Amino acid sequence: MLINAKNLDHRGINDALRDTHDDCTIENCCGQRFIAAGMSDRHITIEGIPGNALGAFMNGGTVTVNGNAQDAVGDTMNEGDIIIHGSIGDAAGYAMRGGRIFVRGNAGYRAGIHMKAYEDKMPLLVIGGKAGSFLGEYQAGGVIIVLNLDTPEDRCVSNFPCTGMHGGKIFLRSDCRNIIFPEQVSTAPATDEDKAELRAHLNDYCAQFDLDLDTILAADFTVVTPNSSTPYRQMYVAN
Amino acid sequence: MLREGQVRIPSGCAIAAVISKEGRMIPGDLIADAMVPMHDRSNGLGGGFAGYGIYPDYKDFYALHVFCDSRANRIACEDFLKEYCEVVQSERIPTRTVPEITDEPIIWRFFVTPLKSVLASRQLDEREFMARIVMKINTKMEGVHVFSSGKNMGAFKAVGYPEDVARFYKLDKYEGYSWTAHGRYPTNTPGWWGGAHPFTLLDYSIVHNGEISSYDANRRFIEMFGYKCSLQTDTEVITYIFDYLTRRQGLTLEEAAAVVAAPFWSTIRREEDEEMRRKYTYLRTVFSSLLVTGPFSIVLGFSGGIMALNDRLKLRSMVVGEKDDRVFIASEEAAIRVMEPAAENIWAPAGGEPVIIKVKEGAY
Repeated sequence: MLINAKNLDHRGINDALRDTHDDCTIENCCGQRFIAAGMSDRHITIEGIPGNALGAFMNGGTVTVNGNAQDAVGDTMNEGDIIIHGSIGDAAGYAMRGGRIFVRGNAGYRAGIHMKAYEDKMPLLVIGGKAGSFLGEYQAGGVIIVLNLDTPEDRCVSNFPCTGMHGGKIFLRSDCRNIIFPEQVSTAPATDEDKAELRAHLNDYCAQFDLDLDTILAADFTVVTPNSSTPYRQMYVAN
Repeated sequence: MLREGQVRIPSGCAIAAVISKEGRMIPGDLIADAMVPMHDRSNGLGGGFAGYGIYPDYKDFYALHVFCDSRANRIACEDFLKEYCEVVQSERIPTRTVPEITDEPIIWRFFVTPLKSVLASRQLDEREFMARIVMKINTKMEGVHVFSSGKNMGAFKAVGYPEDVARFYKLDKYEGYSWTAHGRYPTNTPGWWGGAHPFTLLDYSIVHNGEISSYDANRRFIEMFGYKCSLQTDTEVITYIFDYLTRRQGLTLEEAAAVVAAPFWSTIRREEDEEMRRKYTYLRTVFSSLLVTGPFSIVLGFSGGIMALNDRLKLRSMVVGEKDDRVFIASEEAAIRVMEPAAENIWAPAGGEPVIIKVKEGAY
């Protein structure tokens, strides 16, 4: 079904989406928020710029954006895939607890803030370009991968990555010599085992964006994990 | 009714701006349209715009935009101005009746120039003198508020959604080489027109999305230099900080940005360029009371340019794009796409990274 968003507000778009169970294409999208919030059962393609909180609380299905997306994509999403062919704003995957977000371009500040995992839920955020400051802030679980495919001369992540990280894992396609991490996390070059894990994570990503997985994996990767399950134990008082 | 200044009003908001680097005229309705997709960022309790290059026929005169509670107050203001200035034009600012905008005050504009004899006897330069006149009216005259006081520029603001405010002020009848815009989301307001953005002093105007936590520290410092924060909103103090740092201290905009959104000490230590490291250290040390903390994204308008700046933690969104001679800035990319669907080079400046766009010399 084709939805022309030209004269629709966020409620109008979501009402149109709820009226059908077919796959939908939204055209002329321009800043309407909460698209596909809480949805689970279809594929939505978006032409234009979706507004903030795209796919918030999403519980399955897929959303493809043929352009850029704004802030808080996949806020608290539970399941499903969000595929962004352009770049993404701040706080991508905010408190995400399942599903996958694939970004071909760059991510803004605080990508993957407070991501978490639970039992069979293991969220995955893959950023093809660079990530802004505070990547994986307060990360509690799940996996974040930054590939820096387009500007290898730049740092793959800006300042203060992994601040407050206490769970999950981050893979950075870099030797990370020019990146400063907090004391509460450990960094190590990716082992063969890590590369095998990366291969599993990146298979669909590369197929989606027509990228060569082997070429991507041939570069150095750094794995970042918290030092222990309670790295902040002694930060203020012993508790 | 308690006004701003007596109650504290935090705010959320949307901002947008557009400028032509060639100094070409941009109609006011373009910036008004940009605010439409960001409607939900405001709650109808404040909207406003600033346009630069909009008064070419009066470009050598200070354009004072004034809210007055009564006709008597308006006349008192005019009498006061005539003591110090030549008033070449005194008129009601044209407005359109729109159902969404109500309870308007008397909205007046004066085009004035300070009397040479007064300037000579006061031994003040013209801009400093006009800044003092504005401060005096806003702090001493009951029921009169000057909300715009630059040359060849003007602020237009009201209680309402920005797109309605634009229709109210007939923004489509103006054109300028740059525009800034604001939609306000205060969580609590007595609903006073003066509390809407932009906040201005001389040709400086600020639109601000955020809520700064350093307000009192900043206010105590800036009030030592003759500024009076009469509204107790954080945006007002930011306006005065930029006026103080650039006009009075002679800092460049980049330096002023490094004061207001100073890099962290840990970031300064890592700066590889020794001269820059020393400069950042100097600015943070000398102007430590002017560090603005808490979330903000702002656009500073001035004659011939604009500067966009985020707080150093980047707790608010801001996107920049361009097309031909125009540069666009907004809280959301959607707003830029409304102004220019084919905008290129869309990017989000880092926290504390100023984006300064100037009109080419001689074109404004």
